[in-house]
Amino acid sequence: MRFGVVLFPGSNCEQDVVHAAQTLGLTAEYVWHGDTDLTGFDALVLPGGFSYGDYIRCGAVARFSPIMAEVVRFAERGGPVMGICNGFQILTEAHLLPGALLRNTGLRFICHPQPLRVERSVCEWVDLPEGTVVDIPVNHNEGNYYCDDETLQRLHANGQVVLRYCEPDGSLASGGSAPNGALDDIAGVCNERGNVFGLMPHPERAVDPLTGTTDGRPFFTAIVERLAEVAG
Amino acid sequence: MSRYEVYVTYKQGIFDPPGATAERALANLGYEGVHSVKIGKYIQIEADGGLEMVREMCERLLANPVIEDYRIVTEGEA
Repeated sequence: MRFGVVLFPGSNCEQDVVHAAQTLGLTAEYVWHGDTDLTGFDALVLPGGFSYGDYIRCGAVARFSPIMAEVVRFAERGGPVMGICNGFQILTEAHLLPGALLRNTGLRFICHPQPLRVERSVCEWVDLPEGTVVDIPVNHNEGNYYCDDETLQRLHANGQVVLRYCEPDGSLASGGSAPNGALDDIAGVCNERGNVFGLMPHPERAVDPLTGTTDGRPFFTAIVERLAEVAG
Repeated sequence: MSRYEVYVTYKQGIFDPPGATAERALANLGYEGVHSVKIGKYIQIEADGGLEMVREMCERLLANPVIEDYRIVTEGEA
């Protein structure tokens, strides 16, 4: 089982992802954005950061990196892909995930631990019971999830809403619990098939007990277990 | 070679935080009757290849059709 961590110019969370994987006894290696070969990788992570300086829009330039054509092919074959923060933005720009990430409504960069509620979804990366509350850091300026009404209905109907920002007890505040204005408090979504997953919070920063919580661990281990089952 | 100006703005109904902030700031400065302020992007392009190519560039990179509209103004020969 090998994770590929796709490195773009301006990525800055790739070491955290590799460290998280190693802490969990998993193998993770970097894949350069200019590469065109994903042979031997079982799952891919697009880490956070500021790929290409966030110029034009977050993720807009990275999605045309040579490796992205291979990432799209990998995803279309059913390969598991997780985009964290800037990685999520890149996956929406690449149309592997629906919607877009707009500027936070408060115009502030937010950086704090954030309670999140696990929804019932088809996401292959998450194996936690519906309603589980996890505490995972957010760290972004453009995390305000948006999609049109029709897409939102489809996301809910298909079980593609994976994580929502919530209050510490798991409830949703009437005015919204999202710290960034995200539509319907959406913090993470997956594609219809469930193999491509994007989220604004950083599970890799919640793996080592040194950083406070280990609530991020299941976001790396569930996919490993699932792949092991498939390999049987 | 032609010169083009491209205006990229949020689609109707999408909240524009910088625009809303500017709107409030103008009200705080005492300007009355300011009903809406929207902030978008302005792009100047000098290129061979014609309007159709510029439109394609907008669709693929310069604007995100999920959230943004774009308007191209042809400024003539550069």
